[in-house]
Amino acid sequence: MTHSSPETPPSLYAAREPIFPKRVYGKFRNLKWFLMAFTLGIYYLTPWIRWDRGPNLPDQAVLVDLSTRRFFFFWIEIWPHEFYFIAGLLIMAGLGLFLFTSALGRVWCGYACPQTVWTDLFILVERWIEGDRNARLRLHRQDKWDFRKVRLRVTKWVSWFLIGMATGGAWVFYFTDAPTLLQALVSFTAHPAAYTTIAVLTLTTFVFGGFMREQICIYACPWPRIQAAMMDEDTLTVGYREWRGEPHGKHRKSEGSEQLGDCIDCMACVNVCPMGIDIRDGQQLACITCALCIDACDDTMAKIGKPRGLIDYLALSDESLERGGSKPRPIWHHVFRLRTMIYTALWSVVGVALVVALFMRQDIDMTVAPVRNPIFVTMSDGTIRNTYEVRLRNKNGDDRQFGISVRGDVAYFVQLEGTPYQSITVNADSTLLQRVYVMAPAGSKPATSEVTDLRIWIEDLSNGDRAYKDTVFNGNEK
Amino acid sequence: MSKQDNKNDVPTTGHSWDGIEEFDNPMPRWWLWTFYACIVWAIGYTIAYPAWPMIKSATPGLLGFSTRAQVETQISDAELANAVINDQLATVELTEISADPELLGYAKNKGAAVFRTWCAQCHGSGAAGVQANGYPNLLDNDWLWGGAIDDIHTTITHGIRNTADEDARFSQMPAFGEILEPTDIHAVANYVMSLSGEAQDSSVVEAGATVFMDNCSACHAEDGTGDRFQGAPNLTDAIWLYGNGYDNIVKQISVARNGVMPNWNTRLDEAEIRAVATYVHSLGGGEATE
Repeated sequence: MTHSSPETPPSLYAAREPIFPKRVYGKFRNLKWFLMAFTLGIYYLTPWIRWDRGPNLPDQAVLVDLSTRRFFFFWIEIWPHEFYFIAGLLIMAGLGLFLFTSALGRVWCGYACPQTVWTDLFILVERWIEGDRNARLRLHRQDKWDFRKVRLRVTKWVSWFLIGMATGGAWVFYFTDAPTLLQALVSFTAHPAAYTTIAVLTLTTFVFGGFMREQICIYACPWPRIQAAMMDEDTLTVGYREWRGEPHGKHRKSEGSEQLGDCIDCMACVNVCPMGIDIRDGQQLACITCALCIDACDDTMAKIGKPRGLIDYLALSDESLERGGSKPRPIWHHVFRLRTMIYTALWSVVGVALVVALFMRQDIDMTVAPVRNPIFVTMSDGTIRNTYEVRLRNKNGDDRQFGISVRGDVAYFVQLEGTPYQSITVNADSTLLQRVYVMAPAGSKPATSEVTDLRIWIEDLSNGDRAYKDTVFNGNEK
Repeated sequence: MSKQDNKNDVPTTGHSWDGIEEFDNPMPRWWLWTFYACIVWAIGYTIAYPAWPMIKSATPGLLGFSTRAQVETQISDAELANAVINDQLATVELTEISADPELLGYAKNKGAAVFRTWCAQCHGSGAAGVQANGYPNLLDNDWLWGGAIDDIHTTITHGIRNTADEDARFSQMPAFGEILEPTDIHAVANYVMSLSGEAQDSSVVEAGATVFMDNCSACHAEDGTGDRFQGAPNLTDAIWLYGNGYDNIVKQISVARNGVMPNWNTRLDEAEIRAVATYVHSLGGGEATE
């Protein structure tokens, strides 16, 4: 390694080295094609899935309805006060990422990250239009912008831009009824927020997928820097069997070929790399472990009649074993270890808690806020009255009649503001804030005690569902 | 994975921690461009928007943007948007407000805002008044001048015992300290206490009853239940405007404090008065219109 010397200071800024990844065939490439189709399919098609919820609710299966503050996910409906479900899912996503990273390294980066998937798609389009690596290199090095170069470049950029627009367009469909919005979008009557969102996402997709690519992973993304904390010597990452490959060099019939390792320096692994790195330098920050170099190298090994796996998923702990001539330990040995089991256990605990919480939810619900200003009111006959602001929630798709009652030590008298009845209608899929007066007769125990426990019950009069909240009754203690 | 020399010959900073060395990679050039672009943007921004502090105020910016102007626009927009429902609130029959859920909800919310601005100073932010100091509690079911929506509306519009509005509700309790003998006051105070509970000195209750009939019953009624036409409080219930107990009652009989409330028809518009009347009526003590 060289150290920077004062005499010849290195440049502080460097231009990006363009990368021209070569087409590769193999099992990891096939897996990536499948995952790309799968994840993009989910992203683009999900807003168009319909789900019948009755006449009062939207029929879009997955909908983040910001105007009414509801999140619909197939049969599940999340209200704002149930945001802990979203928090729980985010915690599960985090723990899942920890689990996969500790077991398989940057497998998220290599296969599932949107930046990787869209870049892969953009490279695919680039290859269709401009040809494979060598053709693209020639086009890049051609200084003259003749008709052919302009045509190819414009076609590529327009295609990228259209993909960007489809990406931004799909995003907004998650937030309102997709068919209605599509009509509004094409007739230029949609809300400006929709156009702005599409414009921003079109531009970021276009720039990130077409021009920034690996720069996002290396300079913008925090995840590569954090991941090292979850990886250890048993983590499987893409690596080079240096003890088998070195010294590398072109196998010639001339002298010294016997001493060379399996690596014939064909540069296939470097040519296919979307990050533009040489995996033979060892594990490095820029490597997203997309495994395309494994496919490329396996292909070369097959051609020269050597066993596959010169570049392969490896664990650090196997290195000394392999150097000593033994076989590496089986994969399950690396995957099932204390760290991954802890992550799995944590992930499962959160998951089970969320599922339990989901099934314990009721269709009717309430919160009770005692009015504290003043804590009680003396009525003209000496009755002590407490007021509660009760937020009634009706999660059903139709209007329901809520009965309100009180359980306590003595006969309280309950009255609802604005109605002579003991029940109130709560509209479908909405909440109602109801003032509830609870009165204790003059001289009764709660009327003369500082604090008495009180339980407020609500009942769905149509089916008998009940729910309660505990609160207190404040009396006039003298 | 394996210890190899870095093939790209990236220089290091020369720092070493337990053998770990730090690469001295150059920054990407687009990052520099982005930085320059931000500088250009910032210059343009400070020209277009209020930015540089001067002695008295900041430079206004070419676009003339101002958050105050924005707030004014938003307020006038909101007033414009509420114009129709305000008009409806100001003209509909008072008793009809509660029949329209949308109008009722609007009136209650608007009334709550008006109440906290104009009424809370005396009646408290929770409308509980100031107990025993003559600021009535608006939450209970005892009303000096009536608790129906019309009565509350009249009280708010014209006020009580003020000199600014001829239609203000008016009545005056005389200071009996200058009229009655102390023994009579002692007697009538005990009689009043007996109406709603235990008298302090039961031997004078009978004498007090006579004093009450002669001096007090014209306003407070013969049975002591008061008279809403004159704002005379009910003396038989559990609610005391100036406090219960012998001392408070003797004091009120002797010096006779009379509360004053301003008329609001000069400060609030009809929609605001009706809104706050609706709000007060909905606090738990509102009475139905006869």
